Amino acid sequence: MKIHEYQAKSLLRAYKVPVPNGEVADTPEKARDIAKSLNKTSIVKAQIHAGGRGKGGGVKVAKTPDEAYEAAKKILGMQLITHQTGPEGIKVQKVLVEETSNIKKELYLGMVVDRARDKECVVFMASEAGGMEIEEVAKATPEKIIKCAVPPAVGFSPFEARKLAYGLGLGTDKSLSAQFANITKGLYELFVAKDASLVEINPLVLTAEGNLIAVDAKINFDDDGLFRNPDIKQLRDENEEDPLEVIAKNAGVNYIKLDGNIACMVNGAGLAMTTMDLIKMAGGEPANFLDVGGGASPDQIEKAFRILTADPNVKAILVNIFGGILRCDRVANGIIQAAKNIDMKLPMVIRLQGTNVDEGKKLLKESGLKFTVADGLYEAAEKVVALLK
Amino acid sequence: MAILLDKNSRIVVQGITGSEGTFHTRESVKFGTKVVAGVTPGKGGMDVDGIPVYNRVADAVEKQGANVAALYTPAAFSADAIIESIEAGIGLVVCMTEGIPVTDMIKVKQVLKTSKARMIGCNCPGITTPGVGKIGFMPSFIHKEGNVGVISRSGTLTYEAIWQLTNLGIGQTTSIGIGGDPIPGSGFVDLLVLYQKDPDTVALVMIGEIGGTAEEEAAEFIKSNLTKPVVSFIAGRTAPPGRRMGHAGAIISGGKGTADEKFKALEAAGVIVEKNPAEIGKRIQEILAKKKGKKK
Repeated sequence: MKIHEYQAKSLLRAYKVPVPNGEVADTPEKARDIAKSLNKTSIVKAQIHAGGRGKGGGVKVAKTPDEAYEAAKKILGMQLITHQTGPEGIKVQKVLVEETSNIKKELYLGMVVDRARDKECVVFMASEAGGMEIEEVAKATPEKIIKCAVPPAVGFSPFEARKLAYGLGLGTDKSLSAQFANITKGLYELFVAKDASLVEINPLVLTAEGNLIAVDAKINFDDDGLFRNPDIKQLRDENEEDPLEVIAKNAGVNYIKLDGNIACMVNGAGLAMTTMDLIKMAGGEPANFLDVGGGASPDQIEKAFRILTADPNVKAILVNIFGGILRCDRVANGIIQAAKNIDMKLPMVIRLQGTNVDEGKKLLKESGLKFTVADGLYEAAEKVVALLK
Repeated sequence: MAILLDKNSRIVVQGITGSEGTFHTRESVKFGTKVVAGVTPGKGGMDVDGIPVYNRVADAVEKQGANVAALYTPAAFSADAIIESIEAGIGLVVCMTEGIPVTDMIKVKQVLKTSKARMIGCNCPGITTPGVGKIGFMPSFIHKEGNVGVISRSGTLTYEAIWQLTNLGIGQTTSIGIGGDPIPGSGFVDLLVLYQKDPDTVALVMIGEIGGTAEEEAAEFIKSNLTKPVVSFIAGRTAPPGRRMGHAGAIISGGKGTADEKFKALEAAGVIVEKNPAEIGKRIQEILAKKKGKKK
């Protein structure tokens, strides 16, 4: 799960990681008030779940409270387009207004989980090339990235903070290395306590006054850890997600919208990805990834159909089920129920295989529903692509 | 012979009194699996179809000689249940549960490193050794006894591959779903070692997914250690970067973990890469036909 910068910064504050003073605003008036109380040059930043906000016009410096008002007025409500949002952009609903810093140097500090075999642990990554995208630094100058793996049984030790600090050129300054040690300690505690999956402080700024401060912050969380972090779970902002994906999530269906016109409904994530691959291989374009899961009921299958048919790009549907826990007769009942309750005019190819397949096929046959039957995996993809020609 | 699950396996089901646990235990028993005990804390003394239920795994080990654990426990309690099994001396822990936090798996891996136990999962369909038994929920009818090993990160796609083989008259030694989580208890490499040693396994199907580096690690291992032919498919060639494709582990991040990279690494290791998953069975059939030809 992703959260906003202002939410990430308030978490950082709670873990004693210094961040600029500031507050979030949803109106230009509120932005002006915040700027007034800061009583210095402020920066107004669009709050969306995507990077590259500055280049897209979502970040503005304001010398006075009135300038903050004007900046917020421009940014709030705009469709902000960045390299991470897709061409339609994301509507800005909130801005963060905070004080600016006297930047002497920009550093990068990040944390991820290393999932490589026998190395499983949390890893710190740091670089003197702050402000840039770490992927680009990794490609161009990998030697500039310092990594530090934290042994899970021991936890984060002061020597590791020193290792990173020396690598960043902060080690010889007593004050800076102490500040840095506190920041990394706080970040590690936050990461583990809240089941984070990624933390990025980019940039971590060294100010002219000799302070380290997190000027931008991005934190992602492990969805599977949310059940024990209700405080994090309530930071979810559904406005940032595709509306169909939100409906799917609430229905317990795993759905990701794509750009094509062939919708697919599959059980199992691996088979769902494979179905997309096969559609493409057969010369078509998948409209989505959809895994109905192992315990899908006819109601859930109906909901899945509603989600698929709500996408106006969709011109045909491919149902590909290999029943294991999920029984084919249950799937067939779901399809029949959906056809009855939704006016489904789209052509459909159905491939059923696995547990109770004969019962499932019989139900579909007797329902009078119009559809094309496929037996083979690739055959199903070819048939649905052919329907569009 | 087979790997992991054989005629000496005595299974304890953790979470046996839950609906999933009871249902799949029954299916396993029907398949011929030797389920000797169940564990649900607080429900010791009960039985499920005559299978005694205990409060602790240690009791199941002591009283019924359990040596394999199958877990259908809720995600929030699974790491604890896995570690309980390992501490009780269980040699093989298979966890089907989906949704276990990554930080919990980091802990479990620490415990695994200091024990002799092996773990499969989480978030996996389990293990089947046709003729011996099954743990988990692969559909029973797709399997057939034979000489091909199947190992996969996906669930349904595993059934697909097994079913193709069976339809071609090709049986399996042991089929394993290692699960779709970012940190699995066992990776491809851990299990390829076992298949290599198993005299009955003559060829392998390996099914990977986008995300992580498990397939690249496997390629590295195969190149220098595996003498048996491997047919491989990677799901998710058309998946967009940055989106988690159902499985927590299936995500392309920072341009890493793409299907094409994995195909390339496997090809370089001498693996027979098949980009059409409907053809996996046929590739194995060709390999077996060649082997037969050589023997004559």
